[in-house]
Amino acid sequence: MTNETHSPARNTKVMNRFDLTSKLVAKLKNEEAVVGGIGNTNFDLWAAGHRPQNFYMLGSMGLAFPIALGVALAQPTRRVFALEGDGSLLMQMGCLSTIATLKPKNLTMIVMDNGIYQITGAQPTPAAAVSDIVAIAIGCGLANSAWAADEEDFERLVDQSLSATGPTLIGARIDDKPGTGTTRRDPVQIRERFMLGLGVRQAL
Amino acid sequence: MAAADEKAWHEVVLQTLKRNDIRLVPYVPDRVLTTLIRNIHADPFFTTFPTAREEEAVGIVAGAWMGGLRGAVLMQTSGFATLANVLASLAIPYQIPLVMFVSERGTLGEFNYGQSLVCRTMRPVLDSLAMEHHTATRLDEFEFIVDRSIKQAITTQAPVALILSPLLTGGKVFDK
Repeated sequence: MTNETHSPARNTKVMNRFDLTSKLVAKLKNEEAVVGGIGNTNFDLWAAGHRPQNFYMLGSMGLAFPIALGVALAQPTRRVFALEGDGSLLMQMGCLSTIATLKPKNLTMIVMDNGIYQITGAQPTPAAAVSDIVAIAIGCGLANSAWAADEEDFERLVDQSLSATGPTLIGARIDDKPGTGTTRRDPVQIRERFMLGLGVRQAL
Repeated sequence: MAAADEKAWHEVVLQTLKRNDIRLVPYVPDRVLTTLIRNIHADPFFTTFPTAREEEAVGIVAGAWMGGLRGAVLMQTSGFATLANVLASLAIPYQIPLVMFVSERGTLGEFNYGQSLVCRTMRPVLDSLAMEHHTATRLDEFEFIVDRSIKQAITTQAPVALILSPLLTGGKVFDK
């Protein structure tokens, strides 16, 4: 446990990304869309079992929430989840204000926060020791933002988001473990299958 | 000077977006785009809003496209200069028909040296990625360029950049 990379504000339980992702995916019964951010967040989404409504980013660090926002605007009756790392979110923090302004009620954002760039060698992020991402989200206008205290609380927050009247952000402190699987890096197929899964395209 | 019965360039953009069912227009503002942005906001056909960064807007329209909603992004030259990573890692490899309108600064009367330098990076970046791009300089060609480029982007599933030259828009001049 690397306590020094966690701010005192984040005193919640340190969980595991793959375990939380699996718990989320197990709850999805209504063809909910899930956007997995660059690296470990989409590797664990892939490892939790491919679904036609999953989208995996292979670059464009920081764009999981904007991409999910686009899906949520296009399909307001479908629930959209986005999984993003803390380092990725730091690259595109302005999107929190955009989302707070647009208030899509079908968008649930999950930040997997280990305070490190795990995939590049576990270097601490500039925010690790001092910044509270949930407090930042609240400051951006996303009032419905909370740290998950433990796994049970994470599941409760996910359930709660399904009937929320505005966008939800869930912060989850996670350990320093790498992703469990490796997404097949085939962007055209990822995009086409996602569009099929969302009912936008018919298969040839 | 435009004849009385001629549409202004920004009216051409708005009407051509509508004709092609492009409803989602996130933007990072620019002085030259002010009237266009105001008119798009005033038209309930469009969902339009500012984003903090241009690549955020690209992510939003990419997600919307995959969800069945067409979009276009408005920006200026220096904003385009922030996009190489998202073009190379999202729009092009995932075959997203990203439509970009770039108000061109940095040439034909630029007064800020930094703007003129960043402008010189734009076409080399587009060419290095073999991206479709057109520089619109004349009103009489503009509707053709915009309409055909949007249709080509969608049918070939490839991004396009439409560069709005000061020859078309008047550009931004020192006293403004």
